[in-house]
Amino acid sequence: MTLLDVTGITKSFGAVHVLHGVDFHVDAGEVVGLVGDNGAGKSTLMKIVTGMYSADSGNITLEGKPILGFDPGERRSLGIEMIYQDLALAKQQDVASNIFLGREPVRKILGMNFVDRATMKREAQAMIDRLGARLPAISRPVGSFSGGQQQSVAIARALTFDPKIVIMDEPTAALAVREVQGVLDLIRQLKSEGIGVILISHRLNDVLSVTDRIVVLRQGQATADLTTSETNMAEVVSAIVGGDDMAAAAEHESRG
Amino acid sequence: MTPTSTQGKPAPSLWKRLQAGSIEQLHVRLESLIVLIVLAGIMAMLSPFFLSVSNFLNILLATSTIGVLAIAATFVIGSGGLDLSLGSVMGLSGVVGAYVGVNWGLPMPIAVAACIGAGAAAGFVNGTIVTRAYVPAFIVTLGMLGIARGLALVISDGRVIYGLPPSMVYLGQGRPLSIPMPVIIFVTTAIVMHCVLAYTRYGRHTLAIGDSENAARTAGINIERHRRSLYTLSGALAGLGGLLFTARINAGDPTAGLTYELTAITAAIIGGTNLFGGRGSILGTMVGALIMGVLQNGLNLLAVQSYYQQMAIGAVLILAVFIDQYQLRKETRV
Repeated sequence: MTLLDVTGITKSFGAVHVLHGVDFHVDAGEVVGLVGDNGAGKSTLMKIVTGMYSADSGNITLEGKPILGFDPGERRSLGIEMIYQDLALAKQQDVASNIFLGREPVRKILGMNFVDRATMKREAQAMIDRLGARLPAISRPVGSFSGGQQQSVAIARALTFDPKIVIMDEPTAALAVREVQGVLDLIRQLKSEGIGVILISHRLNDVLSVTDRIVVLRQGQATADLTTSETNMAEVVSAIVGGDDMAAAAEHESRG
Repeated sequence: MTPTSTQGKPAPSLWKRLQAGSIEQLHVRLESLIVLIVLAGIMAMLSPFFLSVSNFLNILLATSTIGVLAIAATFVIGSGGLDLSLGSVMGLSGVVGAYVGVNWGLPMPIAVAACIGAGAAAGFVNGTIVTRAYVPAFIVTLGMLGIARGLALVISDGRVIYGLPPSMVYLGQGRPLSIPMPVIIFVTTAIVMHCVLAYTRYGRHTLAIGDSENAARTAGINIERHRRSLYTLSGALAGLGGLLFTARINAGDPTAGLTYELTAITAAIIGGTNLFGGRGSILGTMVGALIMGVLQNGLNLLAVQSYYQQMAIGAVLILAVFIDQYQLRKETRV
């Protein structure tokens, strides 16, 4: 079943045409790698999916329901989560505040809605434990954590509200080897829970090892949609840099 | 300050635990609390008049107008913004309230509403220009500083408006249970606004926007709408400050509140509000305002020239920011 369906998305910034009608889809429980050169439009496309940018034309549906009319907050509550490359954390706030930012549970006291700190702390701790992340203290500002620990908080934020689809923008770029394996394991776990995952990465080894399909974005169009089990590094690289099928085939052959 | 060890695991020092506890439970920085207590102690030793209920109420009364403005400054600065028009908007509001009450002879509640409404309107204009026209807050509110002051002089024709209705004067000079009305209004406002900033979604989002606009935006917070409401709130609080001042002196003075924005911002910063947004609490700001109030009151009791008081407050401001930045650099990787 198609979870996320993106059709004919175009986007220009002034005179610069970034996306020229992109089509791609993600099924439930499917991991799709989104690769392409710098400037191919990967981040722009994902920001259109999350609602940070508006599309010039085209359509996006989640479980068959058009979502382009919704703002970023509404799309999150529909189940679209994104883990940004810069993590997008509020560094002076503590772990619970970051995880629940924009979706704080409230309790009514004297007619005023008060943020339910106790629930937030408890659930934040439970999510951190579930991820197996080791944080110095949950009540500390996240700015005092290491890069890997901060990423754990960003991941916890994306997973706390039962997402349907999780977009990860370069989640392994800044991590040590062991932490990379942790992220890849997490992606496999999300897949097993029926969550769709879009993985944006320049590390093609990671992409090849964890995805079901690889969509290649080139000059603002989805130029290739490869099944991971039937492709290889050379074909992906060739699709990214723009060698045609012949060149890719030739390279493929030359390797025997 | 050596860390004590329990079972080989280094425990945080008593100082660190007190610091964390103070911020977590009271939302006040331990350093500013200690400065306030030490300052009060020194003043008590130097002047026999300092430690008395009436002097304490005097300090609160003298702090009430600035205190209300400092609450506004905490919200706006905590969100990563700035409102330099606080003092001028306060002056404008006072004149509008006095004009409605005296020249139009309308009843007290309408004059009060006009006073606070004028402030809110000026704040709404600030917020709209900042969020819709993308002019930096520094420039917008600096412009409003001039516009509001000019408008106050235009409305009052440059003259002080005397003869407020008695029910309005009561808000500034009344003393139910021998507590001055401005103190009651100020303390109530502070408690309510403390709860808003520390415990409501509105307050948490305010600090999150100041901390990282990107984080707040990706979390689905409507930053433009939130910012505009903050400037409107700031203006409304400036209006309340104008009301307290006008009612207390029983006159609408178009020059009221001159440079008050600087004092209000100073109180917020001394109280631990991060100059660049993301951190701040009203209780902290109240401690900051009280530090300045105690300093002024004590130096008054000691008959020190007011010129020196200004110097002392300036020095405290720089010292407070120094300590803040020093600790921030030590503790966080930004």
